[in-house]
Amino acid sequence: MADANVKAAALEEKEPFFGKKERKALSDPLNDNNPITVQVLGICSALAVTTMVKPAFIMALSVIFVTAFSNLAIALLRKGIPKQIRMIVQLVVIAFLVTVVEQVLKAFNYETWKQLSVFIGLIITNCIVMGRLEAYAMANTPWRSFLDGIGNGAGYGVILLAVAVIRELFGRGSVAGFKIIGSTNEFLLNTSQISWLGWYQNNGLMVLPASAIFLIGIIIWLQRASNKKLVDVS
Amino acid sequence: MYSNKYITVYTVIMTLIVSVILAFLVTGLKPYHDSSEAVFKKKDIMGAIADQIPSDLKSMPDDQILKLFTDKFEQVVLDANGQQVDGAMAEKVDMAAEEKKPEAERKYPVFVYNGDKGKVYLLSVRGNGLWDKIWGYIALGEDLNTVVGVSFGHVSETPGLGAEIKDNPNFPAQFKGKKIFQDGQYVSVAVVKGGAKNPDHEVDAISGATITSVGVSDMLQKGLKAYLPYIESLKTAN
Repeated sequence: MADANVKAAALEEKEPFFGKKERKALSDPLNDNNPITVQVLGICSALAVTTMVKPAFIMALSVIFVTAFSNLAIALLRKGIPKQIRMIVQLVVIAFLVTVVEQVLKAFNYETWKQLSVFIGLIITNCIVMGRLEAYAMANTPWRSFLDGIGNGAGYGVILLAVAVIRELFGRGSVAGFKIIGSTNEFLLNTSQISWLGWYQNNGLMVLPASAIFLIGIIIWLQRASNKKLVDVS
Repeated sequence: MYSNKYITVYTVIMTLIVSVILAFLVTGLKPYHDSSEAVFKKKDIMGAIADQIPSDLKSMPDDQILKLFTDKFEQVVLDANGQQVDGAMAEKVDMAAEEKKPEAERKYPVFVYNGDKGKVYLLSVRGNGLWDKIWGYIALGEDLNTVVGVSFGHVSETPGLGAEIKDNPNFPAQFKGKKIFQDGQYVSVAVVKGGAKNPDHEVDAISGATITSVGVSDMLQKGLKAYLPYIESLKTAN
């Protein structure tokens, strides 16, 4: 791994601006190397902020911002960072970006900030961010690291949104606040008036964090069943 | 390997840069934080009487909310004996901080809404839910007996269960028209399991959220009691 990185660094001048490697940095985390379903990182926040789509979306954007710019910053600094304190430097960069996100969110979207409460702050401890800094940004060019950060943030966000859509639909009968199925007139399908839907009730389990772990488990299962590359990864 | 000197200088410079940028950012955004917090709190208060507010609260722009609040709301602060504190603003009273003080030193905020249908008195209450604090604004009509609306909030009740006190509009809607006095005696409004029987003083609890429901009941019982001297004084004044 280290050898390959040294070679890549030596070759970097000749490579195109958006070649195969760049594409791979961006697309790999979406499927083959997804931070949640393959690396199984960042589960804590995936359980906590996925009850509704809107906070999950804001959370995903915040994580994309933090992974992308921390990767960029560390890749830029990577030759000057003293190896003994590299983790501390990485942590300072992450904490700085997370504080920026939190302050901006608090100023311009106070209600979502209230909803996400501590979980924005906890991006600092999200293993995805530091994992990418250690594994990628310390050994790659800034541009490629930046793409890798966007890719990993997006890979996290995709799973977050998938789980949030299922949880909100079955737990509250709505998606992103748009009411779809329920027993009052505000809903698209009014179960108190459509007789063949009279049995429908919101699933109480879906609003609890436990449901997210089941859903993530099912997503991992489906992904491994359909993606041959992942069969031997444990 | 890097020398200790390099590491020290590196750390100092890095920390300086980061702290200076953050200091500027936080100071720069402070006015925005304050104004969004103020709007949020006012929306919370007005939520209790959403049906008496002239336009829809959810789609109202921030400056209109602030304007409505300054135009139509009177603010009164009470001390523990129900006496008005001169010159104090009710919106400055932090219930969370008041709760920690000894009972004799507590202050209680009252917001009086001068609407088209007469005065509405908004009283602030605070209590314990299952996981953390819950709070609410109780709106009493001009007779100082009938509840015309309530809104509740919470820190971290279970979504779908305890959190329904805020998320499910049907729960606060039940309180409308309830009375807090029975023949001149204070009885408050109770949240009861297994169906409310007394049409004047009971509402249905949320199934699966017994402790939160009992918490709401307690909060009302104790919270409104603190306002009794004030309510009495208003009644005699009328």
